[in-house]
Amino acid sequence: MASKKIHAIYTDDDLLMQAVKQTRAANYHISEVFTPFPVHGLDHAVGLAPTRIAITSFLYGLTGLSVAVLMLNYIMIEDWPQNIGGKPSFTFYQNMPAFIPVMFELTVFFAAHLMVITFYMRSKLWPFKKAENPDLRTTDDHFLMEVDAENHDVEKLTKFLYDTGASEISLIENEQDH
Amino acid sequence: MYTLPSKLKLFSIIIMVLGLAGITYGFLTAPKTIEDVKEIMAEQDAHHGGEHAVEAHGEEEHTANFVDVARGEEGYSEAAMEHATDLKPEGHGSASHEEHVLHQLQTRPWSATFVAAFFFLMIALGVLVFYAIQYASQAGWSPVLYRIMEGITTYLLPGSIIVFLIVVFAGTHFFPWQNEELVAGDKILQGKSGYLNFPFFVIRAVIYLLGWNLYRHFSRKNSLAQADANNYDPYRKNFKLSVFFLIFFIVTEATMSWDWFMSMTPHWYSTLFPWYVFASMFVSAITVIALVTIYLKSRGLIPFVSDKHLHDLAKYMFAFSIFWTYLWFSQFMLIWYANIPEEVTYFIIRIQEYKLLFFGMLILNFVFPILVLMNSDYKRVPWFVVIAAVFILVGHYVDIFLLVMPSTVGHNWYFGIPEIAALLFFMGLFIFVVGTGLGKVSLRPKNDPFIKESENYHF
Repeated sequence: MASKKIHAIYTDDDLLMQAVKQTRAANYHISEVFTPFPVHGLDHAVGLAPTRIAITSFLYGLTGLSVAVLMLNYIMIEDWPQNIGGKPSFTFYQNMPAFIPVMFELTVFFAAHLMVITFYMRSKLWPFKKAENPDLRTTDDHFLMEVDAENHDVEKLTKFLYDTGASEISLIENEQDH
Repeated sequence: MYTLPSKLKLFSIIIMVLGLAGITYGFLTAPKTIEDVKEIMAEQDAHHGGEHAVEAHGEEEHTANFVDVARGEEGYSEAAMEHATDLKPEGHGSASHEEHVLHQLQTRPWSATFVAAFFFLMIALGVLVFYAIQYASQAGWSPVLYRIMEGITTYLLPGSIIVFLIVVFAGTHFFPWQNEELVAGDKILQGKSGYLNFPFFVIRAVIYLLGWNLYRHFSRKNSLAQADANNYDPYRKNFKLSVFFLIFFIVTEATMSWDWFMSMTPHWYSTLFPWYVFASMFVSAITVIALVTIYLKSRGLIPFVSDKHLHDLAKYMFAFSIFWTYLWFSQFMLIWYANIPEEVTYFIIRIQEYKLLFFGMLILNFVFPILVLMNSDYKRVPWFVVIAAVFILVGHYVDIFLLVMPSTVGHNWYFGIPEIAALLFFMGLFIFVVGTGLGKVSLRPKNDPFIKESENYHF
């Protein structure tokens, strides 16, 4: 099944934001937007669901905290209690002030690293992956909006996109959906 | 334009009168002679006698063991406390136990008044610093809040004068180093007398008072002048003024916290103490800005302030609650770990005699704000922010209480009429002064160079 898409290129992020809003208001479907840097508020304008990465970050943080508590309890209390600076080493709560920095660091470590890994997985990124940008210039200073042209009059859509300020418009026909 | 509603005005006047009566009562009923103290102690013994005796004793033993256990040395904390002349302002060994208790009981109304007076002063002062930071950093999001901040800092003048009078006249009630007999027999205090002497102490207090109030006066004047100006000269002046004020403030804030709090126990020292006091000040101040904003917004007086601004204020509340905890813990852990006798006395008395407040404060100031304000969406819900604000303000009142009370009245503390009355009086004064201050001009800072950006602020 062939799919028809129109790539409209913009040269400014404000222009792109405006174009995205107008295109959505005109009931065209934006399948993807490629930008060289994160554009503030674009996810909202394109109509993406709010990110849930904050929730995963909280859960990862709790995981890190639990790992730290279990680890310290095993190392410093159960397995090999050590007398460091005359501090008691027989119960967890008596030694806790000394453990808090470790607990904090592991919370941050787990939250940060697992969050980045989650982000890569959700974005389908991995090492040596071939880039998906349709146009190299979107890694430099151009912004590309991909609009579905399947069930629309291509002429009319092109005219519309031109009016939103696109500097370049091209029709892409793919043999199959990817 | 805001006018203080007559009901709120009446309410503030009533609690001021009640508070003043309570403060007077506290001063009048403080024991005057050793005989009074003996009577009180006999009464307390009778009260605590009988069934409570065993239980109370058991608990005492448990808390006393905290440091001993940590040190692995029986009687360690007792020995450390024995040498802590800081906590016995009338001198070590020279006075009887009754005299010591008498001194602490006489100090209590002073301390109660000072805690509440400083708590509200630090809110006004913290708001002033926040305001100066907005100018110095040329912030684009906050100009819509300038008039609100200026309204709150109206309290700085009366508040700072009252605190000034308290610290100058408190004498040996607060500051053992003002007791010449004590200093004569104490080498450490003699070494510190170049800084800790009464004339220099008063000069420093006058400098703080002048510096803070002058900045408040001129920045407000420039800010109002900007509304009628054709150019940005008043704004530029304010920028320069704010930069110099911030430098002046961070120095005076440090010396202020040494003077007014750390010198209550002149042998004890902690290098991050000024930061710790500052964190408390700053988070309470931002919390009050958020509360006043929500209040004015609910009355429909500031349509140009959106939930985005509230979101930012709540972020600050969240961040600075964590900042405060970070400093609290840094101070605690180093002293706990080193366990040096002259340092650890500070925490021994706070954990032994104020256990509930000491650990309760951590829950109020850290656990609750972090849980209530963690979610991004909740920061825009006014009643959520109000709940967090109440926790934070109560928590930081307790924080100031714990800075002052253990150092001045020791274990003879109680949350009674003098404390509640002082809180009521200063709360009434704060509402009255701030309400009047907010009402003087339009709440929208016209002509500010960033006002348009601030009104359209979104993220």
